[in-house]
Amino acid sequence: MLDQNRLTIAFASLRAADKKTVLPFITAGYPDLDTTIDLLAAFRRQGVRVCELGIPFSDPVADGPVIQASYTEVLGRGLTGSEIFQAVAEYRRREAAACAADGLPSLALMAMVSYSIIFRHGPENYLAQAAAAGIDALIVPDLPLEESAALTPQAQERGLCNILLVSPMTPPPRRLQIAKASRGFLYYISVAGITGERKRLPEETIQAVADLRRQVDIPICIGFGISSPQTVAQVCSVADGAIVGSAIVHRIADAAKAGAGHDELVARVADFVGELLAPLR
Amino acid sequence: MTAKDYALMPRNGYFGPYGGRFVPETLISALDQLEREYRRAMADPIFIDEFDRCLRQIAGRPSELYFASRLTQKLGGAKIYLKREDMNHTGAHKINNTLGQALLTLRMGKKRVIAETGAGQHGVATATAAAVFGLECEVYMGTEDIRRQALNVFRMQLLGARVAPVSSGQCTLKDALNEAMRDWMGSVSGTHYIIGSVAGPAPFPEMVREFQSCIGREARRQMLSAEGRLPDLLIACVGGGSNAAGLFAPMIEDESVRMVGVEAGGRSLKLGDHAATLSAGAPGVLHGAKSYVLQDADGNTAPVHSISAGLDYPGVGPEHAYWKDTGRVEYLPCSDEQALDAVVTLAHTEGIIPALESAHAVAEAVVRAPKMGKDRIILICLSGRGDKDCNEIAMLLEKRK
Ligand SMILES: Cc1ncc(COP(=O)(O)O)c(C=O)c1O
Repeated sequence: MLDQNRLTIAFASLRAADKKTVLPFITAGYPDLDTTIDLLAAFRRQGVRVCELGIPFSDPVADGPVIQASYTEVLGRGLTGSEIFQAVAEYRRREAAACAADGLPSLALMAMVSYSIIFRHGPENYLAQAAAAGIDALIVPDLPLEESAALTPQAQERGLCNILLVSPMTPPPRRLQIAKASRGFLYYISVAGITGERKRLPEETIQAVADLRRQVDIPICIGFGISSPQTVAQVCSVADGAIVGSAIVHRIADAAKAGAGHDELVARVADFVGELLAPLR
Repeated sequence: MTAKDYALMPRNGYFGPYGGRFVPETLISALDQLEREYRRAMADPIFIDEFDRCLRQIAGRPSELYFASRLTQKLGGAKIYLKREDMNHTGAHKINNTLGQALLTLRMGKKRVIAETGAGQHGVATATAAAVFGLECEVYMGTEDIRRQALNVFRMQLLGARVAPVSSGQCTLKDALNEAMRDWMGSVSGTHYIIGSVAGPAPFPEMVREFQSCIGREARRQMLSAEGRLPDLLIACVGGGSNAAGLFAPMIEDESVRMVGVEAGGRSLKLGDHAATLSAGAPGVLHGAKSYVLQDADGNTAPVHSISAGLDYPGVGPEHAYWKDTGRVEYLPCSDEQALDAVVTLAHTEGIIPALESAHAVAEAVVRAPKMGKDRIILICLSGRGDKDCNEIAMLLEKRK
């Protein structure tokens, strides 16, 4: 069911080429949906293979101040979940033409979404909408292993990966259980705490991922706290990918606040993602 | 369904379809540890004795079951008894729970506690327990509540706690809870999060209910000795639902006892004007549990309103959701105005100034008592005293003129 999934394909081809990657996170609709669509397109041109879209939520407990503020702003403008899915579908229409022209692969898109939202819509209904829009995977930060038992197979039936998370607080035997249940890749949270930028990641995290790497085959990506090409290089010494969120969202916020026009904002943020990818080229 | 079906022991953290653990993976091992320690403690006579001692010597329990004779006379119907949680040390039922959780914190070898607070009562109760046991304490509180409950902010600080202002979202209780949860994500190895109600991920709803069940156990015994029988009707206000659960749970299998939970009806039952989660909300997920919630169509938490900071919450404990669906407990709203009237009524008839939260329960008795026979008995949980609310009450009464 998942062998046609863009995320599965992306990691299979990265591995075949012995490559690591950066997975940028952006808040859907921040500062507006047109920018979101154009950022995705610009990331793809930079060589990004997998991108994470944060679905704004009123009460995000795993997110730090930067991402939370972006959520609050988007929700304050009344953006709805179905408008976000429409924008994703629009991106996919444009992407088809762009891929045909430049020969680069399409993006795998992951929605980072609270279970509060999924439950409200009804899991079946939400998964159907996500799949129809062109989403490939879900990251549900408030749905731990036990509660995800129902959602993962439901998602898989629709060709969607449900990506599970491991934290430094997770006992080692449980890490293996989570790795086994996760689809697409395993999301390793670098530090106990919330999202946000950090200068360097703890050595224990790198060591723990190296240990896990030897025990499981599923790709492992590290997220939370990664903010620079240096931290990307640090985590990609052991992981398949580095997920970068707050550092990107804060650049979007800065550019928007400084009054940068649409094109300039997109160019600046795409350049930053290019810098993050540089150590992996 | 018979009363026997209201198993008080949740199955894998679920009361029927409600409850669970909808939290980031980072917190799962802490919740496992807490649950292990909680179960061990409850089976340990030394812990039970120590908790009892704390309830007696620190909280001042048992609290009185007081026959409100002049209120009864004025309403002209059922006899009204008040369970006087307002007489507890720190002025509300919240201390029962914080003493229990502080003892667990010591057992887990943790040195710091954090809490969220709305009215400030849970914050004060946490700060008090922390001072008693020498724990470091930080209390998250929305800036809007800091304004409404200035006295309690000062009390917490005087007790040695740090009050951390929360200015995200609506700047009230739910936002304080988010912030406390975020703190806990980064501090979980040395910090225990003392949740103040029967809400949040398992095992909190069950654990907080058990620590609050002294209310109902005492009341049941006291009522039997005062009247030789159980009450016909229990009434309690419901924010997250801890004073109500503490009163109801020990009598949940007493089929003759009807139970009513009173929610904050606010200005109206339009979304945004109230905090009547069970009366007007729908099943959803918030703050770690599946229960009733007040949300928009996308699952985002709706704004809420109540004159009572302690009821101003868009969620409710999962066990109440279960009791609602099974019909064991009836839940209904009480408006700001009715609650304010009840403050004045109770003050004039009994010399008791109730907390605005508790006034919601009193208001429901004011409606029901006259319709019930004089041989009937109503027991109200007077969850807290109104000292903290005096400024707010003065302002609200002034506005009425
Ligand atoms: C006096 C009093 N009663 C009731 C409540 C509501 O909480 P719960 O529903 O958990 O009893 C509060 C909360 O702050 C309170 O201070």
